[in-house]
Formats: sequence, structure tokens, C-alpha cells
Amino acid sequence: MKRQDDFQDRRQHLKDLTEEQLEAKFWELAEKLVDPLVDLAKKNTTPSIERSVLIRMGFSSIEAKGIVEGVVDRGLMGKGAGHVVYKVAKNKNMDIREAGLKLLEGELWDEAVAAFNGGDK
Amino acid sequence: MKLQPNEKLDIKNILKDLDKYKPRRRGWTWRKGTGEHRKIGDFEYYDTAENLEQSQPLPGGHYFNEMDPQPQNVITTEIASGRFEDDIRRMRMAAWHGADHLMVIRTAGQSHFDGLIEGTPQGIGGIPITRKQVRAQRKALDLIEDEVGRPINYHSYVSGVAGPEIAVMFAEEGVNGAHQDPQYNVLYRNINMVRSFVDAANAKKVMAWADMAQIDGAHNANATAMKAWKVMPELMVQHGLNSIFSVKCGMDKENICLSSVPPTAPPAPCMRIDLPYAVALREVFKDYKIRAQQNTKYMGSSTREATVTHVLNLLISKLTRAEIQSTITPDEGRNVPWHIYNIEGTTTAKQALVGMDGLQEMVEIKRDHGELAGKVRELKERAVLFMEEMIEVGGYFKAVEEGFFVDSGEYPERNGDGIARKIEGGIGVGTVYERDEEYMAPVTAFFGYNNVEQYDKNAIDNPASLIGGCSLEDPDKIVYIDELDENDNVNVRLEETKELRETTKIKPEMEWAGDGIVQTTLFLPVDERTAEFAAIEVGKKMGLEDVEVIHKEVMQAAEGTRIEIKGRVPFTIDTADLVIPPKPKVMSDEEIREDIDKKPMKIVAGTVGEDEHSVGLREIIDIKHGGIEKYGIECEYLGTSVPVEKLVDAAIELNADAILASTIISHDDIHYKNMKKISDLCREKGIRDKIVLLAGGTQVSNELAVESGVDAGFGRGTKGVHVATFLVEKRREMNK
Repeated sequence: MKRQDDFQDRRQHLKDLTEEQLEAKFWELAEKLVDPLVDLAKKNTTPSIERSVLIRMGFSSIEAKGIVEGVVDRGLMGKGAGHVVYKVAKNKNMDIREAGLKLLEGELWDEAVAAFNGGDK
Repeated sequence: MKLQPNEKLDIKNILKDLDKYKPRRRGWTWRKGTGEHRKIGDFEYYDTAENLEQSQPLPGGHYFNEMDPQPQNVITTEIASGRFEDDIRRMRMAAWHGADHLMVIRTAGQSHFDGLIEGTPQGIGGIPITRKQVRAQRKALDLIEDEVGRPINYHSYVSGVAGPEIAVMFAEEGVNGAHQDPQYNVLYRNINMVRSFVDAANAKKVMAWADMAQIDGAHNANATAMKAWKVMPELMVQHGLNSIFSVKCGMDKENICLSSVPPTAPPAPCMRIDLPYAVALREVFKDYKIRAQQNTKYMGSSTREATVTHVLNLLISKLTRAEIQSTITPDEGRNVPWHIYNIEGTTTAKQALVGMDGLQEMVEIKRDHGELAGKVRELKERAVLFMEEMIEVGGYFKAVEEGFFVDSGEYPERNGDGIARKIEGGIGVGTVYERDEEYMAPVTAFFGYNNVEQYDKNAIDNPASLIGGCSLEDPDKIVYIDELDENDNVNVRLEETKELRETTKIKPEMEWAGDGIVQTTLFLPVDERTAEFAAIEVGKKMGLEDVEVIHKEVMQAAEGTRIEIKGRVPFTIDTADLVIPPKPKVMSDEEIREDIDKKPMKIVAGTVGEDEHSVGLREIIDIKHGGIEKYGIECEYLGTSVPVEKLVDAAIELNADAILASTIISHDDIHYKNMKKISDLCREKGIRDKIVLLAGGTQVSNELAVESGVDAGFGRGTKGVHVATFLVEKRREMNK
């Protein structure tokens, strides 16, 4: 879009504000713009977020990558990759790393999918 | 392990037991001792921080007893060599010069790397940020900060498609600051907008947990826009969106730093444009910190010009505020930054800020009237209007789709050349997954919906308790990977430069150990184009390899061109083969003065023989050149072409302690012959054992002068203090 500078016309509703009011308006608008983005971030996840969870759970970057790929392939991202490992470990009475490494080797996925009622349809 | 100032940092020591290293602290550190007056040397300073325990003062420091006042601003230097092991050596040099925020640039392409990189592969224009390299650098900085006596903040980037993982790795490894701004990913790295914001919220939450300082990416709009001074309203909007988004992700305002750049540079009347912008920004963002970056948009290959722009930018920092003062290496416009220019940039900031200490006691901005007041108001209004229209079109994503950002018009003017991105486009599109009701992540510093209570209601505030703590509580859970590539790693590189590290052989370097790069400045009396090609031939004939012109500047179209070239030397120098004469002894000014005060000293001086060159001798004598008069030594200057007889007679008549004979002309060894003549004459007249005879001149060697019968000879580079030291010492010896 091309447009001439129409600042003088546009500013009419701002011209009587004090600078404090103008600054308050700046922050009010900024909040209004980011609120939906914050909300989006709260309700969604990504492979990088899931890998970062697995790294915190004691997996290497390479292991985390492999496990998350398995989680994506089986439609379990909505449950959380860390959750998948946690649940498998709990159900199988294994420790977290042991369960994760089994998943990395391609094992226990049927149990994982079953534990979450089949994952995303 | 402790560093010694005269010993090199041993990279092998840093790499040893690196798998067991744990960072000793987390979080950002500001300089201590600010906000109080401080007496340093002969002066009272208003705006300094605590002194360093060890440091490299400014070059001018030697006039002031090597004092090295430290400004209150944290000073940043950005290091981008591509080899972390060489970065570490540069970090030490920068820390000694006063940098306490060491920022490591990432290798080209890392933002698009889906995951963490491991090992120590070499990078381009930066290093691949891996756990091993980060750990090695943080470990080295622990040693360096102990050496200089001030905490050093280590910093890199949390951006790209692996932001949350990098943030976790940084938190685990004690990284103190990072760039994080989802808008940067969207606009400049073409990463999908949704992915970018969802990742960013999580990354920020982790950074907040680790108390890291965050720097945003708004300054890139300035560097990218066609007319950088037109994007000022947008810059404020970008700063605002990232700042408030960060707060909502859990970050403290005091850890949120705006990456602010004065938008323009000379020959534009930059202060008149940049200053109102700086004032507006600091007012709107009064609760946040400012990281003042140098303008790079208008930076060319002249290091001098870049330095002047930097100083003007520093004036703005001083007149407004900048908690973090960034520096750009003045060679950034010509190549990947070199060691020496990291130091130049750092020193420019220190020098200018110390020089402007307390400026605001005397100078203030005309805030409330005149041109500045109007401009500040206008910028704030334009920024508000920008966001009003963003909301009108449907919010952030829609505004980006419509190319609101980095448009070259000064908003609300639009030129239709902004960077537009599609919500259904970019790298990582389709990789955002909605969390189900059952979604759960049993870790600390996690952002957003997390159904921990399905397992344990008591774990709501501490999700990691489900797994007995995560790596953030228990660092033993961190899995350290050493190397993945057997050819591209630090061990292979260290082997290649082993000779230079472990023997007495050396090579010049600019970026890496052993790169052999040298730079030469030439003036060629031809036009620019001819000069460029002639300079390359000059470089080749000088024996340089890979010669490149890195700077050219017309002096006058026909009369000539200034050219700077770089090239590589293929040889090494063995320092063991060098014959290095002992360093001339120098007493302190106080010691010399005390001696002369106790017992006055008188000398006679002149140039001898048919010699009219008096400049050198005047420099040794004259008080205004730092000559020996300043110590109170009484000097009787007899002029030029003084016959030796006259010199000796004058010495006897005045009862002088010494004769200083200057002998520039050296053909047929006339200078040494004259020395012998003076010595013989003094012996004849019976005063040789009572008088000190000194000879000086550009071609004089001490050894040959002494052989010719005088007490000492002084060659090129001699200063008054050398001569005065000798006089005092010799007199003490004669009086024994």
C-alpha cells in the first residue's frame, strides 16, 4: 500500500492528550496487540518446545529430536512429548531415561498410543 | 586455575574436564559502585563504576599514572571470528580493555537449524552455538573475570526455529544474556509467525527463570530500511510489542533491554534527528533498560568514519541513558571483525564515556520547548497511530501480512515496500500443535497450559517435582555431548596451530591463530580505480598472498587515493632468534624530580659539527615536548653547529654536570668522530671524570657511542625521561 503522510489528519483525536496519556495509550494498544499472541502461545506447542522439555527431563539434544519425531509421527504432540515419556515410564515402571531411550529405539509406541486413547484422530 | 597477566590462556586447560564443569552463577550483572562520586588519580568522577583490579588503560593513560576509570555503563563487544577457541583469547583482551558484556555471534544459518548443534564445528561470521562451545567460553570467562576483578556477562542468541531449546541450554550453562525477539524471526529470517511467537513465549519464560537480560531485535529495522530515519515510529512499536510480550511471559522489566540505534549518521544532521528519538524512546520505555547500539546502516569501510559516528552515538547515550553501551567494531563495514577492532570499539566507548563524565552537571536537553519537544511528541503520536491501524486491520499477524513493517515511509506515510509475510508461510509452517486437555510437561520454567494436576495437585507450582526435579534443579541430568564430527572440531584445529602455540614461532594474526593476515595503508598518486589495482600489485610485490583492497578513499580525483589492503604472510618468525636489546630504564617522574630538587643539575647542549638539525635535541630538552627541563634540570642550549671546543668550554664555565651533543649527520661516521673529540677534549681539560657526556641522534647506537668515549648514546625514539633517568643514575654512581 502507498499513502501520503496524513499525520495531521490522523492525529486529531490525539492532539489534546497529555504526553502521559499518550504513553498510556501506547501501552494499552501494545497490550491489545500481544494478548492474542500470548493466548496462542499458552494453548499451543511446537517441536522445539517439546525438545526443550525433553532436554530438561535429562535427554541429549539428539535423543530429544528422535523422540519428538516419534511423537509427531504418532499424532501425540497434543499430549506433550514429555508427557508421553512420563506416562510410558509410569505405566511400565521404568525410570524416565530408560523409557525415553526405548521410545527412541522404536519400542513401546503401541503402549504409548494406547495409553492416550489412540492419540489425535 | 588462575590466569597470570604475562601468561597466555591455555585452551587445552579450558577443554580439560569440560564435561564436569558447572557454571558458578546465573543471571545478569550490572556494574557495581555506580551512583557515587569517586576519586581516581587527580580527579573526582561523577559517573563511574568500581575500578578493575587489572586492566589495560587508554593509550593516553600514561600521562595520568596509568589510571583507568570505568564508566557506569556495561560495555559490550560482539565477537564473530567463527572459532570459539580464538574468540576466548579476544574476550580476554576485550575484558582487560573494559568490556563486561561479551556477545558471541552465531554462525550464518543457525536460525534455520531445527535443533541444537553439538560439538565444536567452525562457523562463518560467528560460531555454531553449541553446549560445548558455550561451556568452554563461560568457563574461560570465569577465569577472566577473576583476573580483571569484575563479573563478565556472556551473551548469545535465542532465535530461529530452536529458540526454546537454546534458551534451556543457556539457562543450564549459565549464559547471562540473549537476544530474543520473535519479530526478528518473522521479518528477517522468514520463520512462520505463529511458530515464532509460540516458541518465543516458552524461550522467554526460561530466560526469565535464569534471570537473563534480554535484548530485542528492533535495531534490525533500522539497518534494513531504505531510509533508516523514517522507521522511527515503527521501531518504537517493535520495541513495545516485544517488551510487553516478554512481561506477559514472565520476564522482569528490568531484564528487558531495548536494542536502540540512533537512526542516522553524518553527513545527515544526525544529532537533530537522533536525539529527539532517543528522548521519546526513553520516556515511553522508562521502566525498561536501554542497550544503545551504534548505527551500522551508514557504515562504510572507513574505520575512522565509523569511529566518529560511534562517538556521536555515545554522546546521545550520555545525554539520555544507556544501561548497556554496545560497540560495533569499526571494521565491520569491510570484513568479519578482527581482534584489534574489537578492542578499538571497546576503547572508543570507554574513552568517550569517561571523557564525558559528569557532562549533565553542565549541559541539559531543552526538553520542554522548541524543536526537540515537538519532535518527541510527534514520534510518540506516530507510534500510537501505527498500532491503532494494526488493530484496525485485525491485529499483529494481519499487519505483517499487509507489509506494515520496515516500510520506507515515515508512518503514516507508506511506500508499499515493507516486508510482508504470510501467516500460512515461512519456515516451520504447520509445526504448531494445539495442546489437548491432557497436555503436560513435567519441567520447570514452562509457559502456558500444563495439566500437571491430572497426576498430582501438589505439583501445580512445581511440575518438575513429578520427575524428582529437572535439569534446571539438578544439573547432573544434563547430557553433555563432546564431539560429533571427527574432522571439524577444535582438536583438529588446535593440532594445525600447534607449532604457533607450543613453540617460540609466531605469525601475525587478525581473526584466528596463525591466519597470517596483515593490513597495510598506502597512498598512491593516481585515480581511485587505478590505485585499487596498483595496490594489489604492491601487496603482491611485498610478498603478501590473497591480497584484497579493503578500503579506498579519494584524496583528490587526480592527485591520489588512500588505499588499505590486507593479505597473508606465509612465514613465521621465531622469537628465539630475535636479538632484543634490553629495555631502556625509566624512572618515575617523581623520583627524577626528587633527585633534582635535592641537588640541582645543569647541562649544556647543542648540535655539534656542521649540523643544523635541532628538532631532536629540542624535544629532549624542551618542557613543552616532555623534555628534561620539566624535571627542573637547567639547560643551556648553545644552538646548532656548535664547535666541540665551545661546548666543552661552556660546560667548564657554567660548572655543568653534563654535555648533551646532538649528532644527526652520520656520513663517514662523523657523529662517532665528534663524540670521541668531545671525550678527548674533556680529558685534556681534566674534567672527564666529573662530567657526564651524552650523544644523541637518529643514527646513534649506544654501544658505538660508548666505544667512542661518551657515557651513553641515544637513538631514535628517545624521550626526555630516558635521558633524565640516565643523568640521575650516572650522577648517583659518580657520587658513590
